[in-house]
Amino acid sequence: MAKVHVTTSINGEPMEFLCEPSDTMLDALRGPLALTGSKEGCASGDCGACSITLDDRLICSCLMLAVEAQDHEIRTIEGMAQGDKLHPLQQKFLEMAALQCGICTSGMLVASDALLKKNPEPSEEEVRFWLAGNLCRCTGYDKIVRAVMETAAEMRAQ
Amino acid sequence: MNLVTNNKWIGQRTIRPDGMDKVTGRAQFAADTTMPGMIWGKVLRSPHPHARIRSIDTSKAEKLPGVKAVVTSKDIVDFPIDKGAVMLGIQDMRWMCRNVMARDKALFPGHPIAAVAATTEAIAAEACKLIEVDYEVLPWSIEIDDAILPDAPILHEFNKFDGKPSNIAGRLEHKKGDIADGFKKADVIIERTFTTRPVHQGYIEPHACLISVAPDGKTTIWSSSQGQFMVRAMTAYLTGIPQSDIRAIPAEIGGGFGGKTIVYLEPLATLLAKKSGRPVKMVMTREEVMRATGPTSGSKSTVKIGATRDGKIVAAHGTFYLQAGAFPGSPIRGAAGCSFTPYDIPNLLSEGYDVCSNRSKVAAYRAPGAPIGAYAVECVMDEVAEALKMDPLDFRLKNAAKEGTKAAHGPVFPRIGYIETVEAAKNSDHYKAPLGKLQGRGVASGFWFNAGGESSAQVNITEDGNVVVTTGHPDIGGSRAGIANICAELLGIDYRRVSVIIGDTQTIGFSNLTGGSRVLFASSIVVTQSTEKIIQTLRERAAKIWEIDPEAVKWENGAAHPVSPNAGQFEPLTLEELAEKAPAMGGPIGAGVQLNTTGADGGFGTHVCDVEVDVDLGIARVIRYTAVQDVGRAIHPGYVEGQLQGGVAQGIGWALNEEYIYTKEGKVDNPGFLDYRMPVCSDLPMLDCIMVEVPNPKHPQGVKGVGEVPLVPVMAAVANAIYNALGKRFYALPMSPPKVLEVLEAPTQQAAE
Repeated sequence: MAKVHVTTSINGEPMEFLCEPSDTMLDALRGPLALTGSKEGCASGDCGACSITLDDRLICSCLMLAVEAQDHEIRTIEGMAQGDKLHPLQQKFLEMAALQCGICTSGMLVASDALLKKNPEPSEEEVRFWLAGNLCRCTGYDKIVRAVMETAAEMRAQ
Repeated sequence: MNLVTNNKWIGQRTIRPDGMDKVTGRAQFAADTTMPGMIWGKVLRSPHPHARIRSIDTSKAEKLPGVKAVVTSKDIVDFPIDKGAVMLGIQDMRWMCRNVMARDKALFPGHPIAAVAATTEAIAAEACKLIEVDYEVLPWSIEIDDAILPDAPILHEFNKFDGKPSNIAGRLEHKKGDIADGFKKADVIIERTFTTRPVHQGYIEPHACLISVAPDGKTTIWSSSQGQFMVRAMTAYLTGIPQSDIRAIPAEIGGGFGGKTIVYLEPLATLLAKKSGRPVKMVMTREEVMRATGPTSGSKSTVKIGATRDGKIVAAHGTFYLQAGAFPGSPIRGAAGCSFTPYDIPNLLSEGYDVCSNRSKVAAYRAPGAPIGAYAVECVMDEVAEALKMDPLDFRLKNAAKEGTKAAHGPVFPRIGYIETVEAAKNSDHYKAPLGKLQGRGVASGFWFNAGGESSAQVNITEDGNVVVTTGHPDIGGSRAGIANICAELLGIDYRRVSVIIGDTQTIGFSNLTGGSRVLFASSIVVTQSTEKIIQTLRERAAKIWEIDPEAVKWENGAAHPVSPNAGQFEPLTLEELAEKAPAMGGPIGAGVQLNTTGADGGFGTHVCDVEVDVDLGIARVIRYTAVQDVGRAIHPGYVEGQLQGGVAQGIGWALNEEYIYTKEGKVDNPGFLDYRMPVCSDLPMLDCIMVEVPNPKHPQGVKGVGEVPLVPVMAAVANAIYNALGKRFYALPMSPPKVLEVLEAPTQQAAE
């Protein structure tokens, strides 16, 4: 079967790639686009390690077909820092030890960023329910929730 | 021991060396690399729980365009059963060679039968379907009760127990005093039987590897594991390639918890790469992870504890049956050896039985066996305390192990911090806080051995006067951060000048597994000794420049200083200056140390858990949790707390939801994260930590292993809390909503003797 040519935008850059019609967006990111920051933990939308945004909406890239990226805007963990300046969430995760093995970290950060864009002042419960689609087996979530809440407070103060 | 208390970096929450790569998506995990010419490997797995393999025909698969190689058990080095054990650590290669690829029998659904490498993953998967396997399907058993029946289907006919073919592959016991005598002195005796289900380690990163074998046999393995040296040795054993030809590079590892202390894919990918002449990548699906790797044992335990009216335990007896899965090797040592260890019990018998059954071979899971045993013991402790009308923490204090106590598994304890953990739990705000309706509070303690073992380090001073530390242990939870703190502390420089690297098998000396809570304990010993050698060299070089005695030079704040009688006579020489002068002063500055470390004392923890139960839906929710642990010395408190919190979260999952569910055909019915439900963020409260620091006198910084203890007490703490909330005891895990409702609707209690 012939591959499909897709024209899209990834992290603000125009991008083209070829994929199989059955490839997921995660396959395309990790394969032809060589953006391996998004991880595959389950391929069934249960772990959130592949979280990206599609036109600013948080999704699991393993549940999206790559061809659906045509003419849309995709953002991934690789686009979160601006040059050598980390996003405040990335900085706070480092400072507060909100990661251990790091396999869920990309997805956690992308999901947390999407939350703070939607709700700059989330309660602990709102953070916990928003991140309920992102599994972390190492941390027990405590430091992640604290890091998101503290980042939100600092971003509001600025 | 000179424990430095006025530290600059030890005890600080520094930024971890690998953190930047992990928050930006740069970090390369097992599945994140490619090689030129790379092809893909896939595994054909048994659909049957138990079947003799009469024949395998791979000819059709081999003819499929795009297929480059097929391997079966014929390609794997055989370790004949009658030749006796060939041990690599705790693993017997006789079982490993049969676990990575079924030899004469398939022993669980998911057991590898053959592997294919092809130009695409889709072709490899298609080729697997073309392999024809002639199975003689056999009767099977999965649950312990079924596997130990006299007429149970036997997995390994050669295995005998009491002279007869049996699925019981081994028994061990720890004994102290005479329990028959001891129980005679008891005023209260409680005996209960508990069951737990198999649970998976649940690492988010599936097993993966990328392997290239050159025509001369030189092999490069890129994979994530809890030990690149284990990967090298097992691959060498199973493929016949000498260890010196295998470079195993440790990728960043996306969680292990014990489950990545053995290999599954690497030997297969190596053989496929050798046959095809192409680099081969293999990545498990989540379903493959759930069916064919880990999990830990399901169990059946009976625990009997007798105490006098004044609260002194006089005798205890534990019998722990653990599922080993397809091959011998369940963690009975942890169950039998750890469960009673927090207590000084004069008469004790603790027995473990290793039971084979038709499910995947058990893999280590965080304090293997100990949480299973502690669940039973700590629940009975709660009942005994209640029968004695004693506060459960006071009951534990009254019987606590301390310096001089002889543990049933052998050691006489040095100074330990168990009592401190119970006292800290008792004095915590949490323990004194009021409870609401349908809320309950439970406590439990736990012990884990902790390991020492082999570690290697090389510390080099760069030409510009900074530091590179190389060790040989994959870092799962932040060990590089701890090493940077220690090295910077010793050298008196900013921790950001210390780069910490995990070496591959050909660039750093042998280092045993990341497991047994041993990494920071062992690696900081070799890093400390290496750094001390470097400091000695730096003092000697400064002495030579100043033309004074090296003993008259001290190292402080990152520089050599003259001391009396030369104090103040020379300007200090900094690390940068001495590095610059190195070529003229004897050459590069660096030191390496390799040791089999000892002195890893066991660790103790005491947990307090509050639950609230929704009696309509049967949902028990943990609403407050405090983990108290003797951590020795918290080199990086953030990552020590992280270990405590992570262990607690896994224990809450084990207590309340996680379990392997099997179909009536013997297959895992919930091989994904939707149906195998691990705790998600909205399931948990904040997890409070109280770190008690009783420094390990046998370690230069006082370090004790911290990673495994925090899982040990959790299930009992949750179960005791649910009892406290409902007045009903649960004797089986998980205490999931349907099971809570069942108990609420059918009240029964096992009677006290």
